Amino acid sequence: MGALHTSALWAELVAARRSRVAAFGQPARRGLAASLSLAVAGLFQLPAAAQGPQPAAAVVSASAAATTPHPVASAAPAAAVATAPVATGQAVASPTSTLGPEAAPMTDEPVLEARLLKLSEELRCLVCQNESLASSRAELADDLRREVRSLLREGKTDPQVKDFLVERYGDFVLYRPELKPMTWLLWFGPFVLLLGAVAGLGWYLRQRRQLAQTAPALSDAERARVDQWLKD
Amino acid sequence: MKKFLIPLGLFFGLVVFLALGLQRDPHEIPSPLINKPAPAFSLPTLDPAAGGFSPADMQGRVWLLNVWATWCVACRQEHPLLVDFAQRHQVPIVGMSYKEIQPQDVQAQGMDATAKLQFARERSQVWLSRYGNPYVLSVMDLDGRVGIQYGVYGVPETYVIDKQGVIRYKAVGEVTPAILASKVLPLIQKLNAS
Repeated sequence: MGALHTSALWAELVAARRSRVAAFGQPARRGLAASLSLAVAGLFQLPAAAQGPQPAAAVVSASAAATTPHPVASAAPAAAVATAPVATGQAVASPTSTLGPEAAPMTDEPVLEARLLKLSEELRCLVCQNESLASSRAELADDLRREVRSLLREGKTDPQVKDFLVERYGDFVLYRPELKPMTWLLWFGPFVLLLGAVAGLGWYLRQRRQLAQTAPALSDAERARVDQWLKD
Repeated sequence: MKKFLIPLGLFFGLVVFLALGLQRDPHEIPSPLINKPAPAFSLPTLDPAAGGFSPADMQGRVWLLNVWATWCVACRQEHPLLVDFAQRHQVPIVGMSYKEIQPQDVQAQGMDATAKLQFARERSQVWLSRYGNPYVLSVMDLDGRVGIQYGVYGVPETYVIDKQGVIRYKAVGEVTPAILASKVLPLIQKLNAS
């Protein structure tokens, strides 16, 4: 059992490293473009530019994007342009500026992606078990998101997609499993415990009250001793 | 003093509860596919000459489906057991090479589908010739979609499938000698007798 745990942990570590590698694919080119725009920003002291309009920084980093032929490599400067408006004011908004193209949207199907996101937040990743399918970076989560995406594209409804996953991975994939005899304990267990605790407390309080009523009254000598203790 | 025993009893109840919880493996998720027909698929085989394979080809036989990959460390640990099993028993093991090409295989990323299959086949062949081949054949599930049909969420996984093509047992993770002796072998005997 211990070995399985360790290997699962290892798999997570590997998956994390992998997705990092994927995120920073083509490190040399993108790194160059990114550091170039950083250097440019440093040259023009971007924070200082906040005091007055300083469009030059944005223009130069945009031209860096324009001269870099690779689309992936241009993504980094494009992001720099996107954050530039804070510092440079209308320079970006102006239609006559010599900016590079806008950063491409992440998806052509925003409605579908929104559905996927909403749905996958309700689904549990099987590899990193306390993460949702939406947040997990495990490779299987990627595959499952792809599968859900294609099911949605086929016109399946949300319950149908959930059924698809439950048929293969069991109720475990649902963060809110269906109410049925198997899950009664899960759904009602906490309330049963709470009721039990409240009943126990009530019983205990009643016992105490009865004890107070039936206890013999203090004698004068005892009362005097109590008064003495209280004074001390 | 009876009152003193109540919290003590509660405490021991809790201890038993937690001890049982600790003994269980949270990664072992019961498969809903047990006693359900094995999902149909058609995939290319590791040996190009063998054509394709579909579970229907095994109709009338009790067989094992073992999900594996060359990058999977636990598969290598489990492998000698499978090789030994294949030599000693008449139960066919079908291998399913699961997502052989991983994101870190940079050299394979730009390839087209045919080249990728070729790449995966070559690497799997080398691995099998080094560690022994217990499989009657292996199918190549490069994109892992058939794996999803079978509810695969880690490698290795092993399924016992009966003569009617119904999944009877699933082992998640390495098949150990203990699992083989206590679960898999008795089940195969029972299924073969029926």
